[in-house]
Amino acid sequence: MSPAMYNRLWAAFLDTVQMVGASALIALLVGIPIAVFLVVSSPGGFYEAPRLNRAVAAVVNGFRATPFIVLLVALLPFTRFLTGTTIGVWAAIVPLSISATPFFARIAEVSLREVDKGLIEAAQAMGCRKWHIVRHVLLPEALPGIVGGFTITVVTMIGASAMAGAVGAGGLGDMAIRYGYQRFDTAVMVAVIIVLVAMVTIVQFAGDYTVRRLRDR
Amino acid sequence: MLGTMAAPLPVDAVANTVQARARAISPAGPGAVRFERLDKTYHSAAGAVRALEEIDLEIPTGRIYGIIGRSGAGKSSLLRTINRLEEPTSGRVIVDGQDIGRFDENALVQLRRRIGMIFQHFNLLSAKTVRENVALPLVVAGLPRRRIDQRVDEVLALVGLEGKHDVYPSRLSGGQKQRVGIARALVHKPEILLCDEATSALDPETTLSILRLLRDINRSLGLTIILITHEMSVIREVCENVLVLEQGRIAEEGPVWQVFGDPKHDATRALLRPLSRDLPEDLAARLAPRPVAGGETIIELHYTGAQGGDPDLARLAATLGTSLRLLHGTIDRIQGHAQGTLLVAARGISEQDLDALKGHVGSARVVGYVASDV
Ligand SMILES: Nc1ncnc2c1ncn2[C@@H]1O[C@H](COP(=O)(O)OP(=O)(O)OP(=O)(O)O)[C@@H](O)[C@H]1O
Ligand SMILES: [Mg+2]
Repeated sequence: MSPAMYNRLWAAFLDTVQMVGASALIALLVGIPIAVFLVVSSPGGFYEAPRLNRAVAAVVNGFRATPFIVLLVALLPFTRFLTGTTIGVWAAIVPLSISATPFFARIAEVSLREVDKGLIEAAQAMGCRKWHIVRHVLLPEALPGIVGGFTITVVTMIGASAMAGAVGAGGLGDMAIRYGYQRFDTAVMVAVIIVLVAMVTIVQFAGDYTVRRLRDR
Repeated sequence: MLGTMAAPLPVDAVANTVQARARAISPAGPGAVRFERLDKTYHSAAGAVRALEEIDLEIPTGRIYGIIGRSGAGKSSLLRTINRLEEPTSGRVIVDGQDIGRFDENALVQLRRRIGMIFQHFNLLSAKTVRENVALPLVVAGLPRRRIDQRVDEVLALVGLEGKHDVYPSRLSGGQKQRVGIARALVHKPEILLCDEATSALDPETTLSILRLLRDINRSLGLTIILITHEMSVIREVCENVLVLEQGRIAEEGPVWQVFGDPKHDATRALLRPLSRDLPEDLAARLAPRPVAGGETIIELHYTGAQGGDPDLARLAATLGTSLRLLHGTIDRIQGHAQGTLLVAARGISEQDLDALKGHVGSARVVGYVASDV
């Protein structure tokens, strides 16, 4: 590979990091409130709201059921509306975060639901308000599961971001297709794969390590 | 967020009311709980369950009050109406003369800060240290950091957990966890402490130490303790009054010595029966409380395994200077230690004579007397 190609690879890597990083942040900030809402508003939760719960759950399921590649195309008008373009890193962040948020919300929901009911009761008995229970009981107790779920989400998003590359989002996927596939440059293809595998491995390792640290106390 | 909450009582003010409370001994005073025609029905997919029926009861202030009853009798349901973890279907719960059913969210939070609760499975937050667990009730009440630290140190010292401040609950033994639970329940200086099978997950020795702690707290702080247990020994050990529930109704209620000494209700007798399980029925039927002329003394020998060696009946007989007949009993060998209880018959032995057996057996007591050979 030529030095120019190394520079392109580096730039593509940064694009991917940017895409995945920004969408992961959005998924985190939006997904957790959704997950908390789904848990506390479900029957038996401490903020029961069955109708709204079903409505939110239906929307989440709808997005979860749509394959990313379909979502990517279906969201093009919306993406153009938001970012003024349908190509480039920022345009990719729209479908990526919209796909990752419900995915992550469901995983986080499972962890939150697993928090021992006895802990919530104990919190109520000591005079905690609903917000306190979310803040001091639900989120901290579910944290290992949430971190684990977030790791899975990020890994999935690294894969999805490569797909977004196929429709001109830039990043490693874009590069693999343009050089590796269209120009038969095997060296570039292999290099992209190595970078992707390294990224996934590092994310997974960091996630697993954090989860272990959190559980081991 | 914190600004929207009612101003919490300063710790000192709470302390003063505790003392004022200890002086006022009126049944409707602080820490008194009254149930008026309380009903609780659960509705679930399987149908309606009437867990409590027309409970009329007054729990006096400053006592340790026990609640017993078979599984499903409604003990937890009753206890949990006191801090409204459970809402009654009808009837009223009066705490300190106030109908708590009328309380709005703010008043309810304030009420719960005056009622501590401990649980069978401790319910400690695994993501928080001992200090953070105990501090949480004060943190959510919005007390200043310095006051919280001071109070947390106080209660942790009270429950005997100095030096464990920064440990996570998973590193503690069951007994230590329950001490954290107690510290957390006491941190607000409550008037009432609710205990739902608080010692059920603990070994007997730890149970005893927790019970001692509860009794000390009851005496020194003058707070009302209401506890549910399946262990009759717990009731005998610490409770002054006991309530027996049976299928959601009050079977009987009164001082422990009365209820246990002369149980009136079948449910109570059924609960007490396992205590005399070592006495075979035929023997129990013939047992007399006083020595019978020409009869025998029935002695229960208990081996804890700490005595070493195997039960040596010949040696016991020699020590007592009489012959012994083995009637009933079990000895288990657990990791080389002989443990268990033996029932023996001997002629002409009284309670005092058993002192001579010290060192040979864990404990020995006269169970009763029978007329002729058994
Ligand atoms: N949340 C609930 N939903 C439906 N039924 C319930 C619920 N909680 C309790 N019950 C029923 O109410 C009755 C009384 O239950 P409760 O838990 O008060 O009994 P308990 O005396 O505490 O029993 P245990 O000694 O087993 O703890 C039982 O028949 C139980 O099945
Ligand atoms: Mg119970």
